[in-house]
Amino acid sequence: MTLHDLPVGAHARITEVLEHRAADPISQRLGELGFVPGEAVRVIGYGPLGKEPVAVQVGFTRFALRRSEAERVLVVTEMEGVA
Amino acid sequence: MTALVHPDADAAAEPMHIALVGNPNCGKTALFNRLTGSRQKVANYAGVTVERKEGRYTAPSGRVIRVLDLPGAYSLQPKSPDEAVTRAVCLGDLAGEAQPEVLVCVVDATNLRLNLRFALEVKALGRPTVLVLNMMDAAAKRGVKIDRQRLSAELGLPVVETIAVHRDGAKALIDLIDAGRIAPATGTVPADLHAETSRLLRLAVQMPPAITRRDDAIDAIVLHPVIGPVLLAGILFLMFQAVFAWAAPLMDGIEAGMQHLGTLIGTQLPEGPLRSLLVEGVIAGAGSVLVFLPQILILFLFILVLEESGYLPRAAFLLDKAMVGAGLSGRSFIPLLSSFACAVPGIMATRSIQHPRDRLVTILVAPLMTCSARLPVYALLIGAFIPERTVAGLFNLQGVVLFALYVLGIVSAVAVAWFLKRYKNTNEEHPLMLELPAYRLPHLRDLSLGLLERAKIFVQRVGTIILTLSVLLWALASFPAPPAGATGPAIDYSLAGMIGRALEVVFAPIGFNWQICIALVPGLAAREVAVGALATVYALSANADNAAEQLVPLISAQWGLPTALSLLVWYVYSPQCISTLAVIKRETNSVRMMLLSAAYLFGLAYLASFITFHVARWFA
Repeated sequence: MTLHDLPVGAHARITEVLEHRAADPISQRLGELGFVPGEAVRVIGYGPLGKEPVAVQVGFTRFALRRSEAERVLVVTEMEGVA
Repeated sequence: MTALVHPDADAAAEPMHIALVGNPNCGKTALFNRLTGSRQKVANYAGVTVERKEGRYTAPSGRVIRVLDLPGAYSLQPKSPDEAVTRAVCLGDLAGEAQPEVLVCVVDATNLRLNLRFALEVKALGRPTVLVLNMMDAAAKRGVKIDRQRLSAELGLPVVETIAVHRDGAKALIDLIDAGRIAPATGTVPADLHAETSRLLRLAVQMPPAITRRDDAIDAIVLHPVIGPVLLAGILFLMFQAVFAWAAPLMDGIEAGMQHLGTLIGTQLPEGPLRSLLVEGVIAGAGSVLVFLPQILILFLFILVLEESGYLPRAAFLLDKAMVGAGLSGRSFIPLLSSFACAVPGIMATRSIQHPRDRLVTILVAPLMTCSARLPVYALLIGAFIPERTVAGLFNLQGVVLFALYVLGIVSAVAVAWFLKRYKNTNEEHPLMLELPAYRLPHLRDLSLGLLERAKIFVQRVGTIILTLSVLLWALASFPAPPAGATGPAIDYSLAGMIGRALEVVFAPIGFNWQICIALVPGLAAREVAVGALATVYALSANADNAAEQLVPLISAQWGLPTALSLLVWYVYSPQCISTLAVIKRETNSVRMMLLSAAYLFGLAYLASFITFHVARWFA
């Protein structure tokens, strides 16, 4: 599942950050912001229209991501427990 | 470590040059303010529209330290013009910019996972570097414990703690730099910065598991899909209320002062060109613009408080989807909000929009937000032509018309942005990835420095561009003097009179007479000057404010309602503001873009006024 599929408040762990094209600058920046496999993430909220953007906490920082950005981040919920 | 920077003998000689570098929202600017106070110089880096902030302070040893506040960056792999400048300055690659002797890498102690990663990139440059743990008070409050010595040893960099908002909060940093023993960073930095950051955190930092509980509670309300937008609307309503209500007494004060000054000069100087120049040119012209300083400062106070507190990015979050629908971005919200005071700072604020096309569209529609300079014109025309009566048993008709003019501006901006989106649609992605920083209580010192900077910029504008053009208009309207024995008003014979008559040919189809045409010309300098100009044209020797009172019966007798409505609509779009066009040219670095925006605004203004004039005539 992707970051965008998480319900508000759910804890999850990042498994992979996809590149939508070669040397995808958005994926690169996501990595620089801390969206890296193994990191814990939590959805803080969704925008009022069409679940977009999504507010995500990674580490101690919150970011607003558009759907296409959040969908690059693959996650598993903490219950399924993959590190 | 070896002594590197300066032998003590030279302590007071050459100023030392240091640069603050760090993530956005790490408290870098607060630290910069703490170090340099109000001794700051704000300009642009040569050739790019990235803001360059430099200041200086005198160290205890007497040595002068020059401090450069570099734009916030998440990485030295730049994704925006700001980040490119930061990288280039750190590397010493930017033409005309000396490489800093010491890089002061500022990190937010409450947000180390993100900030340390960037610090590692800075360290890898191998320059003399200090790591500054900023916001140590907030970190301590949240139970974050940092083993400074261990962190310093593992990083191979000197590490100091600061609390930028406290009086002595930067002492450790000042002393360390003054001691002048900062060696170039040594040791390799592993390729996996993320893993290295995790290692450092594991070794040197203890963090409680839930340090964001307070922000969780606030965000549950602020980002709530229903409460959030309602709250935002409430804040915006309060802001506009404040801009118009709170500013009124201050504006009256400035106006009274200007009038007093005019009277004083008027009685002290003998009748003649010099008196006319000072009273009708300088004071009426530039003075009538200075009146808007309180409104602009109140608006910026709100914007600064919302920005410092961490709320503005949340507002952008709430509005992003709607703004994308209109062809903009959530990031466009802040510049467009500023444009209600004045499009000039609004357009400058578009620098925070990373995507060039989103930024350009925002710049192009920013002049459609009703800036405070249009208010005097609206007030004059509404007062003269719209009867004061209650509609729907509740609303004042004059107020409804004023509100409608604001709405017309916003709706037009949305339409233009939407049109541009369709016209130039690419499949390229426009990233958002906007940090929602931790909530903070805004600090008085940073607010006042921010307001001071805004006031300085505005007063400079009044003192230069607006003053020059006011004097120029005065000259055009006064010379050549009427021939001896002339009976008509002096202005009929002046250059301005001739220009007005020539322009009338163009503007007659939208109902403007030659007097209005002349008033449009000084409106180029600043729209509100049009009121004073109309007064001059109607041969009243009065300055803008009481001219407005005497003007009302005159124009309501001479103009028809269609002309008045047409002029009102004209001002919703009118491109005539030299400062806005100048800032568009500077920010886009393109004369073509400036001409394009002037042309499209002119076209819209003409078209809308034409329709208004003829529809109104048909009904009348």
